[in-house]
Amino acid sequence: MQNTRADTTIIGGGVVGLSIALGLLRAGEKIHVLDGADHDPRASLGNFGLTWLQGKGASYAPYTRRTWQAITAWPDFAATLQDLSGIDVAHHATGGYEFFTDPDELDGMAADLAAQSNTLGPGFSYEVLDNAALKQALPGIGDTVIGATYTPHDGHVNPLRLLSALRKALQNGNGRISNGWVVQDIRRNGDDGFTLTNAKGDVHQTGRVVLCAGLGAAALGERLGFRATVRPQRGELLITEKLETRLPFLSSTLRQVDEGGIQIGGTKSDGGLDDREAIEKMRFLARHAVAVWPALKDVNVVRSWGALRVMTEDGYPVYARAPDGSEAYLVTCHSGVTLAPLHATLLADWINQTSAAPDLEAFSDARF
Amino acid sequence: MAAAATAARGGAQVVLLDEQPRPGGQIYRNITRNKTELTYLGGDYAKGMELATALDHPNISCRYGSTVWRIDDGPRVTFDQNGKSSSITAPHVLIATGAQERPTPFPGWTLPGVMPAGAAQILMKTSDLVPRNAVLAGTGPLLYLIASQMIDADNPPLAIVETQTTAMLLKSARHFPRAMLDRHAIFKGVAMLRKIRRAKVRRYVGASAFHAVSDKGRLSFHFKTQGKSHSVACDLVLTHQGVVPSTNLQRAAGLPMEWNPAQACWQPQKDDEGKTPVQGLWVAGDGAGVHGADAARAEGVIVANAILCRLHGLRPEIAPHVNAHALNHRFRARAIRPFLDAAYAPSPEIFSPPDGTVVCRCEEVTAGQVRQAISSGADGLRQVKAETRAGMGPCQGRMCGLTLTHLLSEQTGIPPDEIPALRARSPVKPVTLGALAELEIEE
Amino acid sequence: MQDSRFIRRVTDKALVSFTLDGETVVAQAGDTVAAALVAHNASPLRHTGLSGAPRTPYCMMGVCFECLVEINGRPNVQSCLIEVQDGMQVRRMHGFRKIEVRHG
Repeated sequence: MQNTRADTTIIGGGVVGLSIALGLLRAGEKIHVLDGADHDPRASLGNFGLTWLQGKGASYAPYTRRTWQAITAWPDFAATLQDLSGIDVAHHATGGYEFFTDPDELDGMAADLAAQSNTLGPGFSYEVLDNAALKQALPGIGDTVIGATYTPHDGHVNPLRLLSALRKALQNGNGRISNGWVVQDIRRNGDDGFTLTNAKGDVHQTGRVVLCAGLGAAALGERLGFRATVRPQRGELLITEKLETRLPFLSSTLRQVDEGGIQIGGTKSDGGLDDREAIEKMRFLARHAVAVWPALKDVNVVRSWGALRVMTEDGYPVYARAPDGSEAYLVTCHSGVTLAPLHATLLADWINQTSAAPDLEAFSDARF
Repeated sequence: MAAAATAARGGAQVVLLDEQPRPGGQIYRNITRNKTELTYLGGDYAKGMELATALDHPNISCRYGSTVWRIDDGPRVTFDQNGKSSSITAPHVLIATGAQERPTPFPGWTLPGVMPAGAAQILMKTSDLVPRNAVLAGTGPLLYLIASQMIDADNPPLAIVETQTTAMLLKSARHFPRAMLDRHAIFKGVAMLRKIRRAKVRRYVGASAFHAVSDKGRLSFHFKTQGKSHSVACDLVLTHQGVVPSTNLQRAAGLPMEWNPAQACWQPQKDDEGKTPVQGLWVAGDGAGVHGADAARAEGVIVANAILCRLHGLRPEIAPHVNAHALNHRFRARAIRPFLDAAYAPSPEIFSPPDGTVVCRCEEVTAGQVRQAISSGADGLRQVKAETRAGMGPCQGRMCGLTLTHLLSEQTGIPPDEIPALRARSPVKPVTLGALAELEIEE
Repeated sequence: MQDSRFIRRVTDKALVSFTLDGETVVAQAGDTVAAALVAHNASPLRHTGLSGAPRTPYCMMGVCFECLVEINGRPNVQSCLIEVQDGMQVRRMHGFRKIEVRHG
């Protein structure tokens, strides 16, 4: 049984929680991260590793703008992380493709990109490639791929090293991280902050709480008066044996990790908290991979994955302050890797309400 | 093999899937082709012949070179043969995947020339290969068996270096009376030890601080006993610290596990007949819990009869009566196990190798890196894996899972049974994207 | 190359020959490819992709994945699970495998 206290407590040690903690730490706060159990859903451990702009917010311009801001901040963020932690997170802004075998879906994405272009202006560039253009750019592409979209702004990063780097940066800056601290109850102490308890009987007092616990935030969020809800959406992945040959492209469904294996993903299923890999999805992913890049046909799948994305009702991030005005904040999103640079900078300003605070009304709780 | 034969004789249609090219598993490896080798491989090995012959039954369809990589509800089994995958659904599926050598990490264990003792047994059984210039190191009767076979082949081991301590022997004494129920095994052990003594093979006990070194291609094995350091120049180091159940397929199929403290390993939860909590899935043999070949054979009969009762619509209570004979065999075959587990308990050093020792062979992750990850905050195997990549390679934790468990337990104080094993997922063995793409799935 | 770490007992089993990196290897019928390579002392069998450490077949039963070779053009095969056949072409793996991509 331990008693601890901190000025600001971040509940959740995934990419969102750690990024926000880093931002607050660098703004001079004394922060303490309470990270959950090893067996919690932990979306950050099942992440595909994309820093992705293409298609984001086509129906919601504020999301496009924030994603753009994050994407352009990524290279500096990666460099900063290397300075603070000594770890290279292997961020590469290679540009990214989406491949299509269905002409309607290609048209849909082209329309999305046009909408993004409208929002972002001339700095944003993209291409829509038909089969002939695609074969020119990527001769190894499969025959059933009728076209693709491409932007030079998309990229990828090693998501596990990102987590390590964030942790290390926090620890190097004397930020505290407690593991296996599953918040069971949270009580507001009038104007005097909050008391958090766990099943082991530990008690933690804090002036301010930032709730970044992904799917684990549901019950706690409710207790603090937030309206936003999250639901799990399963995404499945296949990972292949390591290849020396490098894939000459990055797409949102096919990505070669820096260690050499190819990741194949992109499914969406609703099965509650069931994160088991489904054979139909595995076969779907294999068919997709072989259709896009036939040379992968005799490459071995070494492992599959199922991870639970954290989906808000409309799929866009939530940045909310507690409705009763107390010092409690809720941050939840499914693209925590892409948005990490913002979480590690702007969010601190927003929480501290400094003059540099961004206007995040578009992502508040009030829209639900 | 015993289960297939029993089930077939009882009228069931049986499909037997084995990854190996021939029947026999590991103990009876290559039994169908070793007719002239039976004398030197021993009488126990010869028992396997009868089992393999019984597979030749019209109700049994044997598919060798078939690697099962997934089990779904149904149950439905998906397997790969020659790069093509297919599925079979059956009301009852028996998972009898046997055991593997307990991983024995120590400095230099990844060097050419270091192999598990069981691997040497396989080479002997399939290929008539006898180890040359070998040191046998570790603990367990398998070391005596191999030494004995090497002596018979005029190639005695250079030394037998045992990690067994007096404390272990003392602890095992109380199990000895029960072990005497299997007098045959005891006499066999005594005979092997006598042969080893007569051949004047150097034996060391209470050994520790194992390390293997390769210098310009020459291997040497180093260890300490009674405070003194020793080294032996050799061509082979054959290590052994007992065997543990192979559980990757079982875990991927959703079978809940339980920790076996006497053997420091995971095994599936099951009832006395081998029935698991998952509908239609049964387990038997060393894969369900290590008790040796004779017990495994009896269990095969037991589980097959239990399944037959259900297939024939008999009340499950009838099964133990049908199984009276086999239950008795199993009881006697298991009698020596508590003694063996205690007398030949694994050396604590393999649970806590020095920092520089590779523990994940596939990803080349050292014990030191694992300890570092734990002190940085990883408090479960999932986070250890995410931080270090240990467990991510093609063997999917088969060679490192238990070591990681022990390291985490040592650093955090969490007892091993409270540290869930690494998540096992299909495919439990690699399968090509092409085979997966072409898989037919019954709707 | 030093002598094999194993001695082959005399039997009347048939002989099988295959090639390792183009060089002929004589094995015994019933050998797995890994067993034949160990008997032939093809050591080291491969070098790891990460650090280049030398490795040879280890468990001989399909658990450890140390015995990976290319057999008849198929890379990363667990050679301890495949029986030798006359004329089989075995090649050592060096680091991670490559894939062929067709060009336009």
